[in-house]
Amino acid sequence: MAQATFRIWRSNGTGGAFQDFKTEVSEGMVVLDAVHKIQAEQAGDLAVRWNCKAGKCGSCSAEINGMPRLMCMTRLNELPMDEPVTVEPMHAFPGIKDLVTDVSWNYEVKKKIKKFKPRKPDAADGTWRMQQADVDRVQEFRKCIECFLCQDVCHVLREHDKHDEFIGPRYLVYTAALEMHPLDTEDRLKDLKFDHGIGYCNITTCCRQVCPENITITENAIIPLKERVVDQYYDPLSMLFRMFTGK
Amino acid sequence: MAGAEVTWKNGKFGTTQRRDRWWVESALVFCGFTAFIIYATWAAFQGKFYTHGPYLSPFYSPEIFGDSPHAIFGPKPGWIPDWIPFSPALLILWAPGLFRFTCYYYRGAYYKSHWSDPPACAVGEPRNKYLGENSFPLIMQNVHRYLMYIAIAFLFLLAWDVWKAMWFTDATGTHFGIGLGTIILAVNVCLLSSYALGCHSLRHIVGGYLDSISEHPVRHKAYECVSCLNASHKKWAWCSLFSVAFTDIYVRLCSMGIWSDWRIF
Ligand code: SF4
Ligand code: SF4
Ligand code: FES
Ligand code: FES
Repeated sequence: MAQATFRIWRSNGTGGAFQDFKTEVSEGMVVLDAVHKIQAEQAGDLAVRWNCKAGKCGSCSAEINGMPRLMCMTRLNELPMDEPVTVEPMHAFPGIKDLVTDVSWNYEVKKKIKKFKPRKPDAADGTWRMQQADVDRVQEFRKCIECFLCQDVCHVLREHDKHDEFIGPRYLVYTAALEMHPLDTEDRLKDLKFDHGIGYCNITTCCRQVCPENITITENAIIPLKERVVDQYYDPLSMLFRMFTGK
Repeated sequence: MAGAEVTWKNGKFGTTQRRDRWWVESALVFCGFTAFIIYATWAAFQGKFYTHGPYLSPFYSPEIFGDSPHAIFGPKPGWIPDWIPFSPALLILWAPGLFRFTCYYYRGAYYKSHWSDPPACAVGEPRNKYLGENSFPLIMQNVHRYLMYIAIAFLFLLAWDVWKAMWFTDATGTHFGIGLGTIILAVNVCLLSSYALGCHSLRHIVGGYLDSISEHPVRHKAYECVSCLNASHKKWAWCSLFSVAFTDIYVRLCSMGIWSDWRIF
């Protein structure tokens, strides 16, 4: 057993400071284990949100040594243990207590996105037919566990507080899943451009780099949506084509 | 909306709890792009040493007007005033230059390395104001697909240069042959093609815009091919940037007599 120091952000929602905890760590431990150990042995009031401890519920999002990560999927042997491990709540959302943040803004954003609107059923029994090749692309987006790490790292939200004008990478992925769905007939391009702020994304790929589900957020969701917005609003040839063909 | 009360919210430039050397990538990108821009600008203004035998530097291709035998319409026309600096490269280099400038990969990379927006993921920025690509001037980046059309035309012209680089003229006439320069020109076209044909806009145009792509087998295949190159777009962007500068250097050195081309057969 080795000793390690964890520098954890403590707060009651306003203000706050780092507090150092020394604790024993052993092989195979993840950051969430260490936080639980500290909670059990030294700080019973330490607030931390978690649920599955398997990287599937998306509850334990935090910033470990400055990078947005899931606490339950960050093994201690990936971190330099000769110096304190800092654990902070996500920066892009209001703090509630210690490591717990209020992510409800995300649920409000989701409500603003136009719902799935399938075409008329293909068969008399009210069912549809789809080709696997057509749903391959959107299946990647459905892996999302709504951990909001991508929202947290995105500088448009994190640094520039554009929460009112930009829906963030998570909801661009969600919009892409609907917009590219072979059965869907809804048009979300106007919203993307005018209300959901897709133009704010400057393709830093930070969201893709932190996604624990390895969703290729920037290249497979955001850029293809940007291109669809270009078709609709910026490309004169494509506008002319639509004018003449009515498509 | 207020974020969590944390130590560096809207903090100073470079503030972060990151422990890794986050600045290394941005610093390397900064050096790489800056070195390329300086070299390409210098080379474009030279206006000489850009051909050697059948070889033509990619910075000067197509040579619309110029003094070399590669010039399509002959020497510089009289209507271009003398006080305007002239070089055949200046007539064409804006197209591949803007193509790269508006490329999605390069955009994301130079916003970080040259504009610190952000300096690296989860690192504090120097400015609070932010417009992104939502308004002028960066909204102009949406012109990228038109530059992609031009870039693809350039690929054909550069491939034609490779063909011409296989015909060497000496006192006895014109003969088929391969020199080291021919191979360098050919590799350069392959790398440039791998980059340009993996373009995100092309990926959209060949099939990405369709939701039921399986109904269009040819476009489906094309979409898969472009997606395959697109997955390594960053790698091809760098390899082709390096190769295009290297090809110019090679032709330049041969032309200046500093290096003699190796004629393989
Ligand atoms: S790529 Fe776009 S959405 Fe993703 S983190 Fe960067 S700016 Fe935000
Ligand atoms: S896209 Fe990835 S990072 Fe973003 S919320 Fe979903 S799983 Fe988390
Ligand atoms: S506890 Fe469920 S993702 Fe970490
Ligand atoms: S996106 Fe990189 S070349 Fe078009």
